[in-house]
Amino acid sequence: MGGDAAGPVPTDQHDFALWEKRVDALMILGAARGHFTVDGLRRALEDMGEQAFEDMSYYERWIASINQNLIEAGVYSLEELGSKMEEVRTRGETYGAAQDV
Amino acid sequence: MPHDHHDHLSPSGHPYRSDNDAPLSYWQVMEIAVRELMIEKGEVTAAEVAAQIDAMDARNPSHGARVVARAWDEPEFRAALLADATNATREMGFDIGPMNLVAVENTQDVHNVIVCTLCSCYPRNLLGLPPDWYKTREYRSRTVKEPRKVLAEFGVELPDNVTCRVHDSTADMRYIVLPARPKGTDGWTQEALAELVTRDSMIGTGLAKQP
Repeated sequence: MGGDAAGPVPTDQHDFALWEKRVDALMILGAARGHFTVDGLRRALEDMGEQAFEDMSYYERWIASINQNLIEAGVYSLEELGSKMEEVRTRGETYGAAQDV
Repeated sequence: MPHDHHDHLSPSGHPYRSDNDAPLSYWQVMEIAVRELMIEKGEVTAAEVAAQIDAMDARNPSHGARVVARAWDEPEFRAALLADATNATREMGFDIGPMNLVAVENTQDVHNVIVCTLCSCYPRNLLGLPPDWYKTREYRSRTVKEPRKVLAEFGVELPDNVTCRVHDSTADMRYIVLPARPKGTDGWTQEALAELVTRDSMIGTGLAKQP
């Protein structure tokens, strides 16, 4: 990445959405609990391959990496994740509607 | 500036809240699932997640501006900051966390600019979350290769006799630029000086405002 050719630097700026702020918080809190280091997160990002950096947004890559690290740390299993995601999807069609409140 | 949503108005004329009203994405589902699993497993509480978001939102470039203004005003603090920015800022009461902070000083001969070629390392505990462009492929790729061209895009034209130093951040080594103090500010209070310090001037993609 560093040193590659690229176009002008885009200067668009967006407010972070709530789900993105939560990913950021989970990253800090998960690291504070000792489940991963920044290096562990980075390794999972690298494993995604170059295309992920084109197709996924910043916090999409981060939640994928946090999830990978938490499963490896044994915090929850892949099966538990699958069941939970399935259940979340049944709650509603928007992020707001899918909250468990 | 935060982008507005004037091109996405609802029938009532109000902007949609893009964070909550867009169709639920796969990655949003994963965020909800990961967060709830961590809560169920007793790793975190919902209150801790909310508190962490509030703490991060409270950090912003004005914190860094106070550090810079003090360094301009107090030679002893400037020396302490350049020697050990982690401790110098921590002693001002900022929660710098476990990262090492390194301050690099702009002078009439040297201009510093910071980047994270790997990803997005940034002095976030002092300045808040990085601007979007800091995380872009374009900024990260080109700043180490053609910094003067990148700076020109930000409106900073470096004379040929000024050395440009690019600092590549890492997870445990974050940089902050101590911009050059603008001329004509002798005798100013630190509060007034801090008003001249922009976020970009502490990244190196900008200069302090002229009085």
